[in-house]
Amino acid sequence: MSTVKTEREPMFSAKTKKLLIGPLSKDNPITVQVLGICSALAVTVKLEPAVVMSISVIAVTAIANLLISLLRNTIPPRIRIIVQLVVIAALVILVDQILKAYVYDVSKQLSVFVGLIITNCIIMGRLEAFAMANKPWPAFVDGIGNGLGYGIILIIVAFFRELLGSGTIWGFHVMPKAFYELGYVNNGLMILPPMALIVVGIIIWVQRSKNPELQEEN
Amino acid sequence: MENLLNIFVKSIFIDNMIFAYFLGMCSYLAVSKTVKTSVGLGVAVIFVLGITVPVDYLINNYLLRKGALSWLGADFATLDLSFLSFIMFIAVIASMVQLVEMVIEKFSPTLYASLGIFLPLIAVNCAILGGSLFMQERDYGSIAEATSFGLGSGLGWFLAIVAIAAIREKIKYSNVPKPLRGLGITFIITGLMGIAFMSFMGIKL
Repeated sequence: MSTVKTEREPMFSAKTKKLLIGPLSKDNPITVQVLGICSALAVTVKLEPAVVMSISVIAVTAIANLLISLLRNTIPPRIRIIVQLVVIAALVILVDQILKAYVYDVSKQLSVFVGLIITNCIIMGRLEAFAMANKPWPAFVDGIGNGLGYGIILIIVAFFRELLGSGTIWGFHVMPKAFYELGYVNNGLMILPPMALIVVGIIIWVQRSKNPELQEEN
Repeated sequence: MENLLNIFVKSIFIDNMIFAYFLGMCSYLAVSKTVKTSVGLGVAVIFVLGITVPVDYLINNYLLRKGALSWLGADFATLDLSFLSFIMFIAVIASMVQLVEMVIEKFSPTLYASLGIFLPLIAVNCAILGGSLFMQERDYGSIAEATSFGLGSGLGWFLAIVAIAAIREKIKYSNVPKPLRGLGITFIITGLMGIAFMSFMGIKL
């Protein structure tokens, strides 16, 4: 996995840019790598918790990637999972305390899902697959990229669920009154958990019909 | 007793880990290709949840929560260590998973081989940590309640993964639109199953 490079790379070479942009579409952690779905869907009823959750995950992924990449040569391979878990758990505790201090309402809405960032497969997956074999700067960028890729799906799902489910965006009413007078009703089903899965299924459908190389055999 | 049964049934059907909270989706999606391996993983999850939730309950009630340390003396009665709960819970889970791994390796090497990488990954299965965190948040009254919650959630997860594996085995023979094959259709089926499971809502024993 690890390659020895002698020449210095510029801060934003084409390769680093790819690390940042790739996860947004063709290498998306949720729809392509199938990581981190666990905590992704439950927080998407409204836009605000989804955004807060994305920011938390971006921060944790990036910093954990950076720390593990700095430590990568000193961690004995046998206990690396424990070391990674401890680093992630410490970061998540920090995030949890910060959320409780500054955005208490959102923190209450997210409930256990902040803690579940620890077991978010994206973070473990990136640490194992990338940070253990790469230098700190690319690892940091990779963390931000994958966090963004996760966040973008969360925000798309939350946008549609909030719009169709409660007719609001970020708490503001956007559905015109006239619609309701014509007999439009909010789709209560969108608020319920199963619809999150179906919305993600549709996102995957759209993405894969645009990128045929991502399609699976079965 | 009635209360225990209520919690048990509720955590299987209404608060199902997969359909209501999407916990443990990663291994749910990755291991559900055949019924056989999914049964193995499901049993491992029931076992681990059944152990870790009560153990974490004890840790939470006698070490972490506000006033939990009062058995040490009056000086400790005001300590609130609950910010440490994430790290304590994950440590308990990681060591329990190690234990389960050793037990399975000893008694069923075939199952061990077929589970492969996913056994250690139970440690980062959100359903397990989620179980402990829900236990902490819902504040169960006794260790029996916590145990029945743990076992019930495990059983709910088991049912979900076995059901989806059976459906995926059959769906191989159907003509799914190309872009939906694999992951997409699995998501949509899970959503539909979730809607079906919601019909259990409101049941009280």
